[in-house]
Amino acid sequence: MSPPTARQTWMAILAKSSPVDLEQQVKTLGEIPKYTFLRQSEIGLAMVRGRAGGTGEAFNLGEMTVTRCVIKMREIQGFGYVGGRSKRHAELAAVCDGLLQQNEWRDRVQELVIQPLQRKLIEHQRKQQNQTEATKVEFFTMLRGE
Amino acid sequence: MAYVAVKGGEQAIQNAEALLQAMRRGDRNLPELSLEQIKQQLALAVNRVMAEGSLYDEDLAALAIKQSWGDLVEAIFLLRAYRTTLPRLYYSKPLDTEKMQVQRRISSIFKDVPGGQKLGATYDYIHRLLDFKLAAEDNEYQPPQKPIAVNSNSVTPRSIDTLDKEQLIQSEDVRQSKREPFDLTRQSLTTPTDRDARLQNLTRADEGFLLGLAYSTQRGYGKNHPFAGEIRVGEVEVIIEPEELGFEIAIADIQVTEVQMVNQFKGSKELPPQFTRGYGLTFGYNERKAMSMALVDRALRAKEFGEEMEGVAQDEEFVLYHSDNVEAQGFVQHLKLPHYIDFQAELNLVRQMRKESNN
Repeated sequence: MSPPTARQTWMAILAKSSPVDLEQQVKTLGEIPKYTFLRQSEIGLAMVRGRAGGTGEAFNLGEMTVTRCVIKMREIQGFGYVGGRSKRHAELAAVCDGLLQQNEWRDRVQELVIQPLQRKLIEHQRKQQNQTEATKVEFFTMLRGE
Repeated sequence: MAYVAVKGGEQAIQNAEALLQAMRRGDRNLPELSLEQIKQQLALAVNRVMAEGSLYDEDLAALAIKQSWGDLVEAIFLLRAYRTTLPRLYYSKPLDTEKMQVQRRISSIFKDVPGGQKLGATYDYIHRLLDFKLAAEDNEYQPPQKPIAVNSNSVTPRSIDTLDKEQLIQSEDVRQSKREPFDLTRQSLTTPTDRDARLQNLTRADEGFLLGLAYSTQRGYGKNHPFAGEIRVGEVEVIIEPEELGFEIAIADIQVTEVQMVNQFKGSKELPPQFTRGYGLTFGYNERKAMSMALVDRALRAKEFGEEMEGVAQDEEFVLYHSDNVEAQGFVQHLKLPHYIDFQAELNLVRQMRKESNN
């Protein structure tokens, strides 16, 4: 994927965050505009692919569950695509995507939803990296004939 | 092999199910297992069920394990059955394992690999002694930590890339063909197969079956002198491109295990001496399985490299048609169904033959 656009970035953050965290942050927005469903949250599958040797021919690795949702808010369409089977997760992701496309909402949603969620994801990743780093092997060269 | 419909036994069947449910629950004075407990404390079982069930969903895998009373092949069957109830909405872009958030990464061929060797959480260097402290409850363990510089989008280059640059290993490029990868959930597998079909088959294949086959190649039934070029475990981003959206988006990070085996190759009429590759990729932390997959993948490439066929692991028809534990358990276990008429016929035949030989 080429460097992600602002929309790709927020959609990824919305998808990768836990539904519980997302729900909590969305609550801090207070009252949000009414919306209707263009497509109700729907659970399905995505076939995940890999490549032979990591770089060669593509092959089908196996499926994963995904949930998608499309909402309409003031003539704007918001899309939610998330791994897993939480309908609420996909709905909230779609709602946030809809809000983030509106000038009067963008900054507020960035500040109250996207940024806290991103910080949490980075923190989690950082913790994992630090744990892995603690198991890094440092080789010592043995001197011979001493 | 035919079996006829038999009536009766309805009550017995219902009671057998009720008995199973009660025994599965065990002593009611003990707390029931939660899915979250299974997900976290039996994570490697969950990973195996997702890999062989060919469905990445930790909650469903945990439920399947609970429902199957800990029988992982049964859990795999449950997951496979469940997936048939859902529509397939998307195909992902091929995973970019170079951008993996590495949780473990080792190479057995180069000491100093760029990115370093990180053992992660492993049993490798631990004595296989029962830990009786674990039998007591309320154990607390703190994970070790070592801060690193901020580097959230790190790329860990493949350790075998250096061999590739010197052209000492068979290269692994994307062919120009626009053909969609083979999909054994939609197409029936016929031999001879291409590598995409084999890799899909192997990644969902029974771990025990692959392990035995992999071991057989090491013991001489189709030798291919393997080295573990690189093993990495970690999270990779899954990216889809929904038509209605028109651009790519990441929908999740999933954990996978990737194994690059490097195998000696003497060369052939067409190819100079070089190293060749065997590849293993599975859902979850599934190292033994991914290593076995890589060894069997390489063995199945015998024909491609003009090698003599001397082991069963090199026989694609044998390997691919017997690797699936859902199919295998179904056919083996169908023998439990009533075969009364069949057997009666056989019995009559044996009696007849005995009578004739006595005369």
